[in-house]
Amino acid sequence: MSAAKGGPMLRARGVTRKFGGLIAVNSVDFEIPRGSISAIIGPNGAGKTTFFNVIAGIYAPTAGTIELDGKPLISPPTGAGREPILLILPTIPFIALAIYSLLVVGGDTGLVEGVASVAAALLGFVGALLLNIIRPAWYNRLIKRIGVTRPARPNDMVVAGLARTFQNIRLYKSLTTLENILVGMHVHMHGSFLGALFKSRLVREEEAAAEQRARELLAFVDLAGMENELAKNLPYGKQRLLEIARAIASRPKLLLLDEPAAGMNPRETEEMTALIRRIRDELGITILLIEHDMRVVMGISDHITVLDHGEKIAEGLPKAIRTNPKVIEAYLGRGAAAGH
Amino acid sequence: MSRIADAVNAPFAPVRAYFRKHRSFGIFVGVVLLSIALPLLTRVPPFDGIQSTNAWVNAFTTAAIYAMLAMGLNVVIGFAGLLDLGYAAFFALGGYTYAFVAAPFTGIHLPFWPMLLAGGVVGAIFGVLLGAPTLRLRGDYLAIVTLGFGEIVPITLMNADKFTDGVNGIGGIDKPNIPGILQFTLTNPWPMYGLVIALFSLIMIMIYRLEDSRLGRTWDAIREDELAAESSGVNIVIAKLQAFAVGASIAGIVGVVNAAKITIVTPDQFRFAVSISALAAVVLGGMGNTIGVATGAFIIYLFQSILLKQLNTLVENFNIPVLNQIDFLDFQYVLYGIVLVLMMLKRPQGIFPARRRMREFAPLKIGKRGLK
Repeated sequence: MSAAKGGPMLRARGVTRKFGGLIAVNSVDFEIPRGSISAIIGPNGAGKTTFFNVIAGIYAPTAGTIELDGKPLISPPTGAGREPILLILPTIPFIALAIYSLLVVGGDTGLVEGVASVAAALLGFVGALLLNIIRPAWYNRLIKRIGVTRPARPNDMVVAGLARTFQNIRLYKSLTTLENILVGMHVHMHGSFLGALFKSRLVREEEAAAEQRARELLAFVDLAGMENELAKNLPYGKQRLLEIARAIASRPKLLLLDEPAAGMNPRETEEMTALIRRIRDELGITILLIEHDMRVVMGISDHITVLDHGEKIAEGLPKAIRTNPKVIEAYLGRGAAAGH
Repeated sequence: MSRIADAVNAPFAPVRAYFRKHRSFGIFVGVVLLSIALPLLTRVPPFDGIQSTNAWVNAFTTAAIYAMLAMGLNVVIGFAGLLDLGYAAFFALGGYTYAFVAAPFTGIHLPFWPMLLAGGVVGAIFGVLLGAPTLRLRGDYLAIVTLGFGEIVPITLMNADKFTDGVNGIGGIDKPNIPGILQFTLTNPWPMYGLVIALFSLIMIMIYRLEDSRLGRTWDAIREDELAAESSGVNIVIAKLQAFAVGASIAGIVGVVNAAKITIVTPDQFRFAVSISALAAVVLGGMGNTIGVATGAFIIYLFQSILLKQLNTLVENFNIPVLNQIDFLDFQYVLYGIVLVLMMLKRPQGIFPARRRMREFAPLKIGKRGLK
C-alpha cells in the first residue's frame, strides 16, 4: 500500500460498457485522487449508474481496466470459451474406460466396470463443475494460465477494499441495526464453520470484538441506542445512515455512495454532507459519489467528473465545472450555453 | 398482576440467567428432562389406555427423528430462505448409505457409529450437488428444481434394482450395538430412544451455534437481500452451498438412524409426502425458530400417528355408519394441507415464531404521538 501512496486511489482506463448495440459508457478515463471526495454527475441517462456498477463489480466492462490503489481490480473477461475444456478434461479417461468395458469386454463383468467408469466420469465432471462454480483462488490462478479471466463479483470488490451503498436503500430489513453492521464486517472476520460449532475461544473473542466495533460504528453515524431496532423500522434518513455504516464496516479504501442525499429534507441533507466529510477526514476513506442534488455535489466535492451520453465531457474543481459551457449545454441545452 | 408474576419468577431468575449464558447445556438439560417426562406421562390416563409404554416410546423416537428432519430443513428454508421441496431425497440417501454397508443384501456389515458420520458426509455431498446448479434460482423456481430432485432420487433407487433391489428395498439392516455392553433390538425401544434423544440435543445445539455465528449471519443476509449481501462481501455461492450442505447432512445422519431403527429402506418411504410433512412442521412451528420447528414436528407426527389412529378405533367402536368405512390414517395428507393453508392465512409466523419473525409480523404500535 505504501508503495502506491502517491498514486490515485482509483484509476479507470478506457472503460466501456455496451448493452447490445447501446454504448452506455464509452471509453471513460477516470481518476479519483487519494483522500478526496469525488463526484460523478450528468443528466439522466448519461451512464453514471452503469459506470458506477462497473466499478462496484456488478457489470463486467466490455473493455478497459480499473485499478484500485495501484493494483489491477477489474478487466474485461476473456477466454470464456476455453473453460468448458477444463470441465471435460477429467472425464475423458473414464469415458474411454467406459467405452472399452461396455463395448469391447461386454457381458456381465463389462457391465459393472462400465457403470463404474460412467459413474467416475460423471463424478469427475461434477467435481470440475463445482470447482468452476465455487472457484477457489488456486482454480482462478490455474485458469488464468490458459488465458481465462473471469468477471469479478461484487464480493471480490469488497475484499479488495471497495464498499458501496445503493440508490434505493438495500438493508437487511428484518435484522437489527447491530446485525446489519455485523454482516458488513463479514470480510474481516475469520470464524470458521468448525469454530462456530465448537465455539472456539478465537470465535468468541472475535464476536465480542466485532460487536464492540459495530456499536462504535453505530455511534459514529449517530445511531447509538438503536442497536436492537429492526432496520425497516428506522425512519428513512436513519436507514441511509445505517447503510453507510454497514458499508464502512468492511473497512474500505474507497466508498461508493449512490445518491446518498436522495429523498432527504434540507436538514438531513446537511447532516449527510457533514457525515460524508467526517468519513473522509476521520476514517481516511476516499469517497466517490453520484448525486443529483447540486448543492451537495458542489458543497463537498473536491473533484467532479461529468458524463453525458456515456462519455466524459469535463472534469475538475466544482468552480470550473459550474462555468464549463459543455456542462451547461449538457444539462440545459445548446441555447442556454450560448446565452451564458 | 405483574407483581405476582415477578414474585413467582424471582426464584427462577438466576436459573434463567445461567441457562442464557450456557445455552448448549440448557438445551441438553431441557431435552433430557423432556425425554424422561414424556414416557412417564404415558403411564397416566388417558394416555396409558391408548397403547403400551413401549409403543409410546417407539412413537416418540419416530417423532424425534421427524423433528430432527424438520430442524435440518429449517436451516435451508428458515435461515437461508431457500425453499427446498426435495428434502426427503437426502433422508433417503442417508438411509441407503447405511443399508448398502450393513445388510445381507450386499453382505457387508460395517459398524453403525462411523456410518452415522458417513451418512452426514453423503448428505452434504449431494446437498452441494443439488445446490450448485440451482444457485441462481430463487423462490418458486428453486422449489420446482428441488421438487424434481426429490422425485429423481427415490425413482432412481426404485429402478436401479441391480443395486437397490428396486421396490422391495433393502431389508434386514443391522441394528446398532455397543460391543459387549448393549445390543439394540426390535422389541426393546429404549436404547434407540436414548440414541435419538442424544442425537437430537446434539443437532439442536449445533444448529443454534451456527445460527449465531458469522455463517448464520450470512444466511440471514442472503435471505433478506442477495445483492446487498454480495456487496457486503458475502460470497453467496459458498454461503448457499453451506446451507444446502448443512441441511442435507442432517437429513443424511437422520436417514442412517431411521434405517437402523426400522431395519428396512424402500424407495416408497421417501416420497414427496415426507418432504411436505417436514415442510408442514417447519411452517407450523415457525420458520427460523429451531425449537419451534422441532415442536411443530412433534405435534404433527403425534397427531397423525396417534390421534388419527384413535379416531379410527373410536368410529369403529361406536359403529357409526359411513364414517367406519373411512381409514382416517389416509387423511394425513389432508392434515398437512389444512395445516399449511391455515397457518399461512392465520399465523404466517408459526405457532412459535422466531424472535425476529415475531417482530416482523407484529402490528405497528400506535401510541399517543402517532406511529411509533
